[in-house]
Amino acid sequence: MAGTTTTVGRSFPRMEGRAKVTGRAEYVYNLRLPNMLHAKACRSTISHGRIRSIDTSAAEATPGVHHVVTGADICKVLPEPFYGPAFHDQPILALEKVRHYGEPIAVVLAADPHVAELAAQRIVVDYEELPAVFDEVEAMTSDVIVHEELKPAGTFADLKHLAGKRDTNLALDYHLRHGDADKAFAEADRVFEHTFSTQQTMHTPFEPMIAIADVRNSAATVYTSTQSPSFVRYELARLLGWPESSVRVKTSHLGGGFGAKVYVKTEALALALSMIAHRPVRLALTMEEQFYTITKHPSTFRIASAVDKNGKVTARKCEVWWNGGAYADIGPRVTQKSGFTAAGPYNIDNVSIDSYALYTNRPPAGALRGFGIPQLVWAYESHTDIIAREMGIDPVDFRKRNILRNGRMQAVGTVVKDGEFEAILDELAKRMDWDKPFDRGSGTVRRGRGVAIGFKASISPTTSSAIVAVNADGSCIVYCSTVDMGQGSDTAMAQIASEVLDIPMEKIRVVNPDTDVTPYDMSTLGSRSTFHMGHAVRLAAADAREKLLALAKEIGLPEGHNTPVPELFVRKFGMSAGAIIGSANYIPDFTPPNYSTGQSPNATPFWMSGATGVEVEVDTETGQMRILRMINVCDIGKAINPVVVETQISGAAVMQLGFTVSEEMVIENGQLTNPSLADYRIPGIFDMPSVMESGFVAADQQNGPFGAKGVGESGTFGVSPAIANAIEDAVGVRITKMPIKAEAIYRALCVKQGRELSDD
Amino acid sequence: MTDTKNSRRTIRFTLNGRPVAADIGLNQNITEVLQDSFGLGGSRESCGQGLCGCCTVIMDGKAVTGCLTLAAFADGASVTTVEGLADGETLSAEQEAFIETGAFQCGFCTPGFILMTKQLLDENPDPDDEEIRHYLSGNLCRCGAYPEIVKAVRLAAGKRRNA
Ligand code: FES
Ligand code: FES
Repeated sequence: MAGTTTTVGRSFPRMEGRAKVTGRAEYVYNLRLPNMLHAKACRSTISHGRIRSIDTSAAEATPGVHHVVTGADICKVLPEPFYGPAFHDQPILALEKVRHYGEPIAVVLAADPHVAELAAQRIVVDYEELPAVFDEVEAMTSDVIVHEELKPAGTFADLKHLAGKRDTNLALDYHLRHGDADKAFAEADRVFEHTFSTQQTMHTPFEPMIAIADVRNSAATVYTSTQSPSFVRYELARLLGWPESSVRVKTSHLGGGFGAKVYVKTEALALALSMIAHRPVRLALTMEEQFYTITKHPSTFRIASAVDKNGKVTARKCEVWWNGGAYADIGPRVTQKSGFTAAGPYNIDNVSIDSYALYTNRPPAGALRGFGIPQLVWAYESHTDIIAREMGIDPVDFRKRNILRNGRMQAVGTVVKDGEFEAILDELAKRMDWDKPFDRGSGTVRRGRGVAIGFKASISPTTSSAIVAVNADGSCIVYCSTVDMGQGSDTAMAQIASEVLDIPMEKIRVVNPDTDVTPYDMSTLGSRSTFHMGHAVRLAAADAREKLLALAKEIGLPEGHNTPVPELFVRKFGMSAGAIIGSANYIPDFTPPNYSTGQSPNATPFWMSGATGVEVEVDTETGQMRILRMINVCDIGKAINPVVVETQISGAAVMQLGFTVSEEMVIENGQLTNPSLADYRIPGIFDMPSVMESGFVAADQQNGPFGAKGVGESGTFGVSPAIANAIEDAVGVRITKMPIKAEAIYRALCVKQGRELSDD
Repeated sequence: MTDTKNSRRTIRFTLNGRPVAADIGLNQNITEVLQDSFGLGGSRESCGQGLCGCCTVIMDGKAVTGCLTLAAFADGASVTTVEGLADGETLSAEQEAFIETGAFQCGFCTPGFILMTKQLLDENPDPDDEEIRHYLSGNLCRCGAYPEIVKAVRLAAGKRRNA
C-alpha cells in the first residue's frame, strides 16, 4: 500500500455536512410511519425484588390506550424472550423478578405518546423487595445472587463452561500469566501496591435510543438508532426462529452512540410490541430512560509492581473487578479483551492478571468509548506515577525506562508491531515543554502538571464485508453496514473507494446501513471500522477495478487505455446500462489465546495508543481545580482524514474529562437519584480547558488500509490519570477514586494537614 | 387526566416566513408539532428539560427551547427554525462556517448551536471568545465539538462582516 495517495490523507469536509447544518440529516428519531403506535414503559422503582403482581387496570381504562403489555404477554409471541450478546440473560420485559432500578416491567401502547406516558404512570406494581448488591468486590462473595443460573449465549467459546452455573455473580473470570510474577516480587528492590476505583457513568448520546418495529406478512422491519445492524438482525431472527432474510434492520445517521447503541437495546421490545399490536410501534427512550438501559462499568483495580533500584518494573500483578450490573451485555468481553492490557504499555517480563466480570443490581454496563481501557489506564497510570515520584524519578523518564517498544513481546504473548507508544510520549513531552521550568503558582493557588499514556489492542477477530458498485455513468455507490454516528466513517469509506477507483468524491455515495442491502459487519465499535471496513471497502473497490479492466479487455481495448468509464459501459451494453459490482469480506489473522495461560502469539491486528498531558491549578482552600492546558497525542497510523481524526481525538478527551471530574450515577437506597442532565453533569463549553491541543504522530500501520488504524477511543485513554497526576504535582495529594470533584480534593488536602473531615 | 378530545385546537403562526396553521394537542410542545405536522426535524428533543438546546427555535426574535415551549404559545407568533436559514441552496454564513471548521460530529446538537450563533451575531457582530462561550453556554454537545464551535462562530462573524 505504498505510494502517494490523492484522496486518502486529505481533510474533506464530512459528506453529510450540508444535511446536518440545515437540520435535514436523517435520524431514526425523525422517522414517522403511518398508523404507528407509541410505546411508553413502566419501570422498576426498586433495585432487586420479586414481582408479586402488576395491576394494569387503570392504564387499560385510560381513553386512547390500545394495549398494556407485560412480560407474560411477551412470552406469548416470543416464548424464549431472553437476549444478550454474551449471555441470554436479559428478559425483554421483567419476568417474575426485577434486577435493577429502572428495569422495564410493562408497556402502554397508544397513538398519542402523551396518553401512553400518562397511562404507564397508572400501572401499579407490587414487589417483594430483596436485598441488593451494588459493589463489584462485594458481589464476589455476597449472599445476594443476581441470576439464579448463568445462561451463556454460546457465541463465545470461552464462556461455554459457565452454562448452568448457580449461586454465583461471576459472569467470567479471565487470567493471564506471563513469566513468573511471584518470583520477581520475592526478589524485588521495591514493591508498590495501590487500589483504584471508577464510578458508574452513562454515554448520554443526544439522540436517545429509539426503534420502530413493523412486523407484518411474516417479515419484520426494524428502524433503529443502532451501531450494530447485523447483530440486531441476527439476534431478532434468533428470538423469532426466522431466517435472517426475514428480518430487515435499517438505520440512519446516529445522534451519537459511544457504545450505548451496540448489540440489542430497544429493538427486541419494539419487535415484540409490533407483533402484539399488529401495527408499527415506535419505542423512543427519554434521556432519563437511557440511564436505565446501558452504562459504563464501575471498577476496582488492585495493582502491585515490583521495581528494581534503577526504576525498571520487573513484575506487575493486576486484579480487576468489573461491575457489569444486572445483565451481562458485552461485559465479559470487556473483562477479557481489555483485561490483557491491564499492566499498561510497558515492557514487563513478569505479569499476572486476574479480571472478573460481576453481576450486581446496578443498571447494566457495556461498552463505552474504550471498552474498559480508560478504567485500566486510570489505575495503572496513577500507580506508575506514584512509583516514579516515590523513587524520585521524573515521571516521563520513568515511563520511558519501561516503555514497550516495537519488537518486544506484550504480556499476552504477541510481539508489538507499529505501536508508537514511545513516540507519542516523546511528542507529548515536547508539546508540554516538559524540560522547561514550570510556574508552580503561589499562596493558595498552586499549579502542577501530569502525563499519562494508555494503549489498547483492537478486538479480534471480527469481520467486515462491503460491496462497491460502479454505475454506468461512472459514479459509485458504497454499500457497507458501518454506522456513521459522528465519527465520519461515511467520508472515510468514500475516500478509500475514491482512491482505489480514481472516482472523484462528489460521484460517490455511501448507503446507510440496511441489512437487506448492505452486507454483514460485526458492528461499529471499538475503533474497528477504519481498519476492518476500510480494508473491506478497499478490497471491494479493487475487485470492481479488476472487473472494469476485464471489461475493457473484453471490448478490445489495449492495456493502459484511457477510455472513460461511461464509454466502457456504452460499448459493452449498447447504451448507458449495467453495473460493475465489487465485493469483499475482510477478517484479520488471529490466534485465540490459550485458555489456561491467556497467551496468544497473534492477539490483535493493531495497537492503538493515546497520551495526555495536563496543567492544572488547584485552590488549596476550596479544592477547586481548573485545567489550564490539555494536550492529547495519539498514534492513529496514517490519517485518512486528518481534520476528522483531530476532532475525534479532542471529542474523546472532552468526554473523558466529564467522566473524570463530574459525571457519576448515584444510587441511594436502591434508587438512581440523578438520571437527567440536570443532576448528571456532562461537560459544557465552560468546562473546556483554557488551552486544548489534539494531534497525532507520524506513523504507519503497515497492515492497515493506506497505513491507517482506529482512533475513536484513543483520545480517552490518558485523560483521567493525567489529571490526578497533575493534582498530586500541584498540591501533593493523591486521588484514587473517580470522579475527582473539588470535595474529594478538599478532603484529601484536609487529611494531608492532619484533620480528617467527617462524612457529612 | 386530560381528555384528549377536548384538548385540541388550531393555531396559526408564521413558520420560516410563511403563514401556516396546525391542529395541535394542548399538551404538545412546539418541537413535537414541527416534527409531526410540518416534517421539520431540525428542532429535536434530547434532554427534554431545557438543558441541552437541541430543540432550539427562534420565536418572535428570541431563542427558546422547543421542548419546554407549549405549541399553543406559538399561536400568532413568528417561528424560525434551522430549516429557515438557508436561502434555497445557499447556506447562511453560520451554516457554512460550521461545515468549514468541522464544528460537529453526530450533528444532533448542531441546529441549536447554529441558531444561537445567528442570534449572537445579530446582537453582537464581533464577539470575543469569552462572549461566544457565554452566549452558547446554554447548549451542550456530547460529541465535545466545543473548540471547533468557537472557531465556527468566529468564522461566521467574519463571513457576515465581509458579506
Ligand atoms: S431537548 Fe430541549 S433543551 Fe434539551
Ligand atoms: S455533534 Fe454530537 S452532540 Fe454535538
